[in-house]
Parts: sequence; structure tokens; C-alpha cells
Amino acid sequence: MGCDQWSTKLDTYLDGELSGDEMRAFDAHVRDCPACAADALARVQMKRMVQNAGKRFVPSAEFRRKMLTKTSRRPRFAAWAWAAVALLLLVGLSLAYVGQQRSRRTHLFSELADLHVATMASANPIDVASSDRHTVKPWFQGKIPFSFNLPELQNSEFTLIGGRVAYLNQTPGAQLIYQIRQHRISVFVFQDRALPDRLASDSGVRQQLSFNQKTFDEGGLRFFLVGDSSADDISRLAELLEKAQQP
Amino acid sequence: MFEELAMPLFDQLFNFAHWMAQNREEAEDLVQETYAKALRGFSSFQPGTNFRAWMYRILRNTFLTSRTGLQATRTVPFEDEDGAEIAVADSGTPEAILIERSNQQLVQDAIAELPVKAREILLLCEVEEMSYQEIAETLSIPIGTVMSRLSRSRKALREILAQKLKKS
Repeated sequence: MGCDQWSTKLDTYLDGELSGDEMRAFDAHVRDCPACAADALARVQMKRMVQNAGKRFVPSAEFRRKMLTKTSRRPRFAAWAWAAVALLLLVGLSLAYVGQQRSRRTHLFSELADLHVATMASANPIDVASSDRHTVKPWFQGKIPFSFNLPELQNSEFTLIGGRVAYLNQTPGAQLIYQIRQHRISVFVFQDRALPDRLASDSGVRQQLSFNQKTFDEGGLRFFLVGDSSADDISRLAELLEKAQQP
Repeated sequence: MFEELAMPLFDQLFNFAHWMAQNREEAEDLVQETYAKALRGFSSFQPGTNFRAWMYRILRNTFLTSRTGLQATRTVPFEDEDGAEIAVADSGTPEAILIERSNQQLVQDAIAELPVKAREILLLCEVEEMSYQEIAETLSIPIGTVMSRLSRSRKALREILAQKLKKS
């Protein structure tokens, strides 16, 4: 190949775009040909010149800042969107959880209301009939797998009628009957851990099938109060029972 | 993701845009529009393909459809010759060595005087150090055309430089 032919490929050679074989052949030729070597040198110089001269314009700091803000807007929005989605999911899950809890609680309360009604309708509503808490409490010994305290009622309007063993979800517990005026209130006591799901303590009295109901837990025991007396009566009795459990 | 890929190209794209538009404000508009278009079309960008070539292509197309771009291509035509054959390049100029050492401004002026098509391909090759394949992708032309256009652009630059040297 003559120098003219090499010359047509010189730029491609210097751009490193010839095939491996051609590159090697070119290297060998340039080493042996002073004219092509001088030409190659001049073109390399030209390449460098254009390269240096071409790196000329630099964006201003202000423009750079502006562009950074613009390009990062979308990911930031995406992050916000994800956060919103996560939040919505969390709210959704919480609502579903609360809804589930509410439905479980409603189910539980209606079962307890049934038990209360059945007890009231029974010819023998109580197995241990006594107004003496020191009689009623020991009666449960060996019948239920826990113990509890009964409040002193001397200065209150409540009277203890007696008690019986009740079952909720195949778990034995105590059912105590209290009276206030002509109303009877059932107090169910179960081990908290024996219940299907932990229930949040109720701050107020709720109404189910026209019965007022209240629940609280104390010392691993779950108390449920069900009766047709006023919400205020139920709350006061709950307070007495709660205090009695505290050491 | 887009920011990580696109922002490292910011300085180079701005330099290229400025060379094309020959004006700072227009270059900023061009870069801004390029990024906005790229951001909008980022979902259509296929990972694994050449992101740099994609960005330059957007920039170039944006420029060519701008008023300055349309004017530049209309007034200074630089048509590719038929076929992809490379024109026989004239011999290297010994003046080149002299210019590099003494006057960078002269080279910059010469580049600025080149027709748009010659200017862009030279910058992509020498400044951006793109491979022929990348240049072909950026300019949407065959590799053969890349080689012939490069050769003609280099020749045109040498001629402008020679004239400038004669004058000075």
C-alpha cells in the first residue's frame, strides 16, 4: 500500500477506529515512513488543538443551580408520592385493623349480652348466692384458673348478688351479678390472654342491644360489665372493681 | 435515576449547546429544553442503550428546529457528498503546531466559522471523544457518512485556519 492510500485512512487510524489488524499494519508503516509519521504528528496536534479550543464554555453557577432544582424535582415528587402512598396504605391498614377490632369487639359484646340475658332468664341465675365478697371469691377456687378481688360495697348503692362460672370461647371465667336499684349488672372476668385478641381498654360505656357495656383490663384480667342500668352506674361499678384489683 | 444519568453530562451539553447556538442565553434555553424533553421522554429511554448519545441527539434536534438552528443550516450548507467514501485528505499543516502554542483564540474562531454540520461532528469527535458509532447514533447517520463528514470537516477547519494565518 502506498503512502497516498495510508493517508486516506490516517484520521481513522488516529481516531482509533481501524480494525485491530489495520491498526497494527499502520503502526508498522508510521514507524518506517517519515512522511506519514510527520503527517500523523501534525494531525494529532490538530486534534489536540481542537480538543483544547473546544472546551470553551462553562455554565454559570446560577444556571447550574436552576437545572439541578429542575431535574431533581421529579424524583423529589416521586419520593413525596411514595410517602403519600405509604401513608395512605398505613391509614388504610389502620382503618382495616380498627374495623376488624370493632367487629370482633361487637361480636364479643353481643355474646356477653347473650350470656347476661340467659343468666337473667334462668331459674337459677347464680351458683353461689351471697352478698359477702369473702364467700363469693373463695367459691371460684378450683373452678377458674385465676383469682380476682371484689370491691368493698358497704358505702355504695351496689349489692353483690352472687356468682357463677361462665364460658367465653371455651374459656372458663367468673360471672358476678350485682344489683343497683332494680337493675342487675353482670361482671364477666376472664384471663386477658385467653381471649382471641387483645382488646383496647374502653374509656367509655357503649350500648349494644340496649344494654350498657364497658370493659377494662387490670393485672392480666379482662373485665366486662353488661347491664340495663345507666351508663353512669356501669362506670361507677367498673371503677370500684378496677380499684379493688390494684394492690 | 434521570438526575444521576443526566447531570454528569450538564457541563459538556452546555459547552456543545453554546458552540451550536453561539450565544449564552440561547445555549441555556437549549439545555433547559433538552433536559425537559429528556425528562418527559425518559420512560421511553431503553436502559442499556447509549444515554449520552440520546441526550446529544435531543439537544441537536432541539437546536436544528430552533430559529437559530434553521437559520444556520439554511445559510451555510454543508452537504454530505454522495456515498460514504472518504475524500483524500490533504497533508497535515505544520502551522498547526505553531497555532497550538500561540493562539487558541484563532482555533476557536475557526471552529465557530465552520458550518453547523462540520462544527458539531468535530466537537463530538474531538471534544466529546465519541466513537464513530456514538456519533452515528447521535446524528442519526450511517458510520460511513460519519467518516466522510469528519474528513471534510477537518479539511474545512484547516482551510479556515490557513486563511486566518495568512491574514495575521
